[in-house]
Amino acid sequence: MKQKQSKGKTLVKIIGGVGLTLAAALSVQAAAAPKTMEEMWKIIQTQQKELEQLKAQQKNTEQRVEVTSEAVEQQAAQQTASSPSWADKTRLGGYGELHYNNLDSKNEMDFHRFVMFFGHEFSDRVRFFSELEVEHTGVEADGDPLAGEVELEQAFVEFDIAQQHTARAGLFLVPAGIINETHEPTTFYGVERNPVEANIIPTTWWEAGVGAAGELAPGWSYDLSLTSGLETSTTGSNAYKIRDGRQKVSNAKANDGALTGRIKWTGLPGVELAATAQYQSDLTQGTGAAGTSSSATLFETHAVLSRGPVGMRALYARWDLSGTGPAATGRDKQNGWYVEPSYKLASNVGVFARYNQWDNNAGSGSTSDAKIKQVDVGMNYWPHEDVVLKFDVQKQSGAANDDGFNLGVGYQF
Amino acid sequence: MSRWFCVLLMWMLVAPAVWARGVYQDPEDFISEVFSSKAPPPSLLHISEGEQKQIREILGHTLGAGRVRYWQHEDRTVWILEEIGKERPITVGLVVDRGRLELIKVLIFRESRGSEVRYPFFTDQFRGASLSEDGQLDRNIDGVSGATLSTRALTRLARLALYLHQQRGQADVTGQTSPR
Repeated sequence: MKQKQSKGKTLVKIIGGVGLTLAAALSVQAAAAPKTMEEMWKIIQTQQKELEQLKAQQKNTEQRVEVTSEAVEQQAAQQTASSPSWADKTRLGGYGELHYNNLDSKNEMDFHRFVMFFGHEFSDRVRFFSELEVEHTGVEADGDPLAGEVELEQAFVEFDIAQQHTARAGLFLVPAGIINETHEPTTFYGVERNPVEANIIPTTWWEAGVGAAGELAPGWSYDLSLTSGLETSTTGSNAYKIRDGRQKVSNAKANDGALTGRIKWTGLPGVELAATAQYQSDLTQGTGAAGTSSSATLFETHAVLSRGPVGMRALYARWDLSGTGPAATGRDKQNGWYVEPSYKLASNVGVFARYNQWDNNAGSGSTSDAKIKQVDVGMNYWPHEDVVLKFDVQKQSGAANDDGFNLGVGYQF
Repeated sequence: MSRWFCVLLMWMLVAPAVWARGVYQDPEDFISEVFSSKAPPPSLLHISEGEQKQIREILGHTLGAGRVRYWQHEDRTVWILEEIGKERPITVGLVVDRGRLELIKVLIFRESRGSEVRYPFFTDQFRGASLSEDGQLDRNIDGVSGATLSTRALTRLARLALYLHQQRGQADVTGQTSPR
């Protein structure tokens, strides 16, 4: 009984306590609540001011972060610009092409060229450029199975000598023709490089010496070079044949150099008109018998047109060799030309046709007609602007009959 | 031959040590010229992840920075952008007016070849160009022969400026810094 009375008193106490607490809370709330609309308005205004201050602080913080980030980026950029690392100043590139030739003369698969470019900037006005090439996958002493070549095709230092004028010294490509200097596989139609430039100019052709290049006026540019020259043999089936005269700057005889000049006009988009002349005082480098020595002059001119999907390339080149030696073999004149219309069916698909004609025995002393004619028809597909798949059919007539088709894949980076 | 070689070597040695190679207009002067000396303060466009993805489609790589500065008056914007042709960055000024390219100008050319792309006979092709739905320019640009990589670089920058012009205002913050 006493226990029941005690529990009842405790319950009353608890209820009383809760009631008092609630009453106190209600009384405080009643005291804090605005009594009028005016007070309510003041509170809203105060809160609005605080909100605006907070917004301003946030914006200010964002701007400070922006300024700081920008300063850090600028400092990093300035540091890179003022003291770039060796890696920043060194460039790597390359190109390559795999060919399948199914011709009367051969049925073979050949990784024709694997090329690496290395360049380095010594300073803002002095730089180095090189091109190292492995042809036909490699070299072996007996040529079996690797019958290729390892060739240094470019290695020169270039100097800025004035605004828009540079000079170079070293080993570089001769400024002649369309593809001698620009011959990455993605840049031309046809699996193989065209036979006219290969046999007449002769592409790919490099020499060592000094040169200068620059702009004369908007759209007009020039190249001048004084380099080593060709050395043709004076006897045998290849006597005075231009392509076989390339010394490739490999212990090259330098008794008689070559002076080359080119003028080029690119004053309209997609248009290039150019002419090259070269003079060499003795094509045999003094190895010919007395009275047979031959001075030689190359004249080459070409046009490249590209408007929308339509393209056209045309080139003419000829060599004139003096002396009794070349005249006796009919090689005192060697010439050729080609014309190549093309059309892009889409931005990454193009078709072309090319008519080539060349003659390395075009002189009066020739005992037979050595003129070769070749028609090429084919297409290029670029899955990427730096990758190309190629197909073409070739048909020869005249002094040669090497017909068939070619497939190729090429890349550059 | 040796005489000519010596002459050329001498020329190389005596040539001034520093040439203002390929600086055709200071970017700040370009901005000032576009706005007739009343250049607005620069704005910053923050590049989101999705936008970087689109920029990668255009340039073949993302932008180094997470934001791009531009100058705007009404619906006309000016962008100073850089892209490498073969080896070195080309600095280009671009003006976009209501979604169309008004002007593209090579300001600094650092490549050793292809500087012909700076001439109006080439850059005038971009005048009035806009972006098509697939993100390409609405017209063909004929390249300068022998300057293929520089032509590609300028075409990419034209597409980039038009794309950035479309994106501006979505997350930009007005900066307080002065133009470069």
